[in-house]
Amino acid sequence: MTSESGGNVQSPTPGAETAAGVDTASETAPALHHDDDAPALDVVAAAPELLADSLGEYVKAWVKRIRNGESGALPIILGLVLIVIIFQVQQSRFLSAGNIVNLLVQAAFFVTLGLGEIFVLILSEIDLSTGFVAGIGATITLALLSPSYGWPWWAAVIVGLLACAAIGAFQGLLITRLHLPSFVVTLASLLGLGGVLIFLFDSFHGAVGGVISLPTSGPLYNLVNGNMSAAASWIVLVAAVGLYALVTISRNARRRARNLSAPPLSITVLTIVVVGVAGALLVVVCNLNRGNLVPLRGVPWVLPLVLLLAVAWTLLLGKTRTGRYMYAIGASPEAARRAGIRVQWIRTVAFTLSAFTAGLGGLVFASRLGSISVGYDGSSYVLYAIAAAVIGGASLFGGYGKAVHALLGGVLIAAVVNGLALIGVGTAGEEIATAVVLLAAVTVDSLVRRRGSTKT
Amino acid sequence: MTTGGSGVESAILLQLKGISKNFGAVQALRDVNLDIYAGQVTAFAGDNGAGKSVTVKTISGLWEPDGGEVLWEGRPVHLHSPKDAEALGITTIYQDLALCDNLDIVQNMFLGHEVLRHGILDEGSMEITARDTLKELSVTTIRSIRQPVASLSGGQRQSVAVAKAVMSHAKLVIMDEPTAALGVSQTAQVLALIKRLASNGVGVLMISHNLNDVFSVADRIAILHLGRVVAAGPISEFDSSVVVDYMTTGRSERAHAGVGSDGAGSGNGGGQ
Repeated sequence: MTSESGGNVQSPTPGAETAAGVDTASETAPALHHDDDAPALDVVAAAPELLADSLGEYVKAWVKRIRNGESGALPIILGLVLIVIIFQVQQSRFLSAGNIVNLLVQAAFFVTLGLGEIFVLILSEIDLSTGFVAGIGATITLALLSPSYGWPWWAAVIVGLLACAAIGAFQGLLITRLHLPSFVVTLASLLGLGGVLIFLFDSFHGAVGGVISLPTSGPLYNLVNGNMSAAASWIVLVAAVGLYALVTISRNARRRARNLSAPPLSITVLTIVVVGVAGALLVVVCNLNRGNLVPLRGVPWVLPLVLLLAVAWTLLLGKTRTGRYMYAIGASPEAARRAGIRVQWIRTVAFTLSAFTAGLGGLVFASRLGSISVGYDGSSYVLYAIAAAVIGGASLFGGYGKAVHALLGGVLIAAVVNGLALIGVGTAGEEIATAVVLLAAVTVDSLVRRRGSTKT
Repeated sequence: MTTGGSGVESAILLQLKGISKNFGAVQALRDVNLDIYAGQVTAFAGDNGAGKSVTVKTISGLWEPDGGEVLWEGRPVHLHSPKDAEALGITTIYQDLALCDNLDIVQNMFLGHEVLRHGILDEGSMEITARDTLKELSVTTIRSIRQPVASLSGGQRQSVAVAKAVMSHAKLVIMDEPTAALGVSQTAQVLALIKRLASNGVGVLMISHNLNDVFSVADRIAILHLGRVVAAGPISEFDSSVVVDYMTTGRSERAHAGVGSDGAGSGNGGGQ
C-alpha cells in the first residue's frame, strides 16, 4: 500500500507517553526486549534460509526443521525411492529407458489433474469433477478435430479448454452464491458430467463405436507421441537451468543489497546444480533408444510442457495477489474477508482454474491414447489426482499446497500404477495398492503436521 | 445520557449519534452515543452482551445500523462495508481472527494491501516496510519476519496486528480485547504499544474486560449496559468500583459527582 514506511509513526514523542501518566511507560523499552516466549518456537517453522548464513548453519537449521515436523518434500522423495527399489527388484524392466519415459508420460496426466486440484485444496475445498471435466474437454476438442468437423487444432483446443473453464466457473458460482459445499456440488458434477460425456458421444459425428480418434499427425498427437530432437532438448535444458540460475542469483544479490536475508550463495549454487543434474539425467534417459524395431528416442514434448505449467502455477500461487489470497482464505476465510479480500471471487477463480487445468490434463490423456472413448473413467482419475496432490504434500485441511506437490505426487502415483501393471497384479491389486499409498501419505501428513503445529 | 467532547483539546475523530441496531425482536443497541478522540485511548467497557461487539462491527462497516448517525471528522458517513471504514482510516484488530496462520509476518501485515511491481508481488519492498514499522514500534522480540505467524506467541501476534494497523496509516484503531489470553509481560508489551499508537495521534478504541488494563492505558472510558452508553468521560473521573457498578447495573450511586460533567477539559489525554 505504501512504500514510505508508516508516515504517521515517525516521531514517537516520549513526552506524550509520560503525559499519559501511567507508570508502565518507563518500563516499556526493556519489556519489549524481554523475550518471554520459548525461543525454540521461533525457529520451528522458519525456513532455514531465513536464519542461516552459511552452508553448515543451513544444514543444521534444515535438520532441526525436519525434526520439528516441517519435513517438506523429504518423505515423498524417500517413499519414491523405496517404491522404485521394490519394483526394480521385482521386475528389472522397471528402470529401463522405455519404461521410465512411459512412467513419466503416465505421470504427466496425473500431475496435470493434480495441479488443478491444488488450487481448491489450498482453499480447503475439494473438486471431485476434474476427472470428467478433463474427459469432456478432450471429447469436445477431439470431436472438433475429427474429419466431420475439421477444425484447426488450436481452435479445437481453445473451445475445449473454454468449455472446461466454464464448467469450473459454474461450479464456483454454485458454491459461492448458493453457499453449497464444494464436495456436494462437485460430486453432483462427477455423476452428471459422466452422463454428459455419454451424451456428447451420442451427438457428435466422428465418434465411431464410442471412440473418437485423434488424427495421428498434428501438434495434439505429437504432444505425447512426438519427441524433441536431442539437440533441442539440451538447448531447452541449458536455457531453463540458466534462466533459473540467473533469476535466483540476481534476486538473492538484490535482496542482500537491500539488507534483506538471502540464502548463502553455496546453497543457491547447490540447488542449481541439483536441478541441472536432474534435468540432464532426464534428457539422457529420454535420449536412449527405447524403440523395439525402429529406433525411438528423445524427450516427449509433454514433459517440458507439464513442467512449464507447474512453473506457471508456482508463480501464480507464490508471486501474485490471487495466489496469496488463496492461501489466506484457506487458512482463515474470516481473516481474509476482514482484510478486504473478495473471498467468493477468489474461490470462483480457484474452481475455474482447477477445471481449466483439468482440461489441459484431458488433452494429455487423449494425446497419449491417441483417442478418447465413451468408457473414459473420470471418477477414478480424479481420485488419483487428489491422491497425487495430497501424497505430494498438499493438505486436505487447506492453507498448504504447492505446484511441486502435484508434481511429486503425480510421479509417485504413476510409479505405483506403472510398477504394479508391470509385475502384473491386475486392476484389483493396483487400486488397493494405490489406496494404501494414499492412506500412508495422509497419515504421515497428519502426524507430521500435528507434531509441527505449535497450537493445541 | 452523557455526551463528551466540548472543551477537550484533541479533535473528535468519530462520533456515533443515536445509533440503534435490532436483530429481529432483540434490540442490541439503543440510542448509542459515543465520541472517539484522535490521539487518545478510549476504553469501551461493558458486560457480555452489552453491545460492544455490535457497536464495533457498526463502526468497522460489517453491520449497518438501523438508526442514528455516524460522523467521521465532523462529516456524516455511511459505512456499508469494511472497505468503506478502511478508506476513512478505521482499522479493526480482532481478537483472534486478524491473522492467517500459514502466512508469514510480512504477508499478514500486507494482506489485502500487497505492494506490486509489474503485477508481481514486491516481496523486498514489503519486507523492508514491515521491518521498519516493527522497529518503529519497538517490537524486537521477533526473530525473523519471514516466519509464519503460527509460530508466534499471543503477544507477538497482537504486535503484528497493531503494526499492520499502523502501516495502513489508520486514524482510528479498534482493538477487541487486545490483552485477552496474554501473559503479564506480553500484556505490558501490548499496552505499551497501544499507548505509543495514541501518542502518534491515532485514536484507539479498546474493548476490554480487564479494568487494570483500562486504568493503565485509557484516557477516556465509555461504558455500555444493555445496549446503551450509561456513562462516558475522562478516565480520571472514574474508579474501578464505579466502572463495575455501571457495567453490572447500568448506574452508580457512588459517582454522581464525576460523571456527566464531562466538559471539564480534563488534561490527562495523551494526545497532542
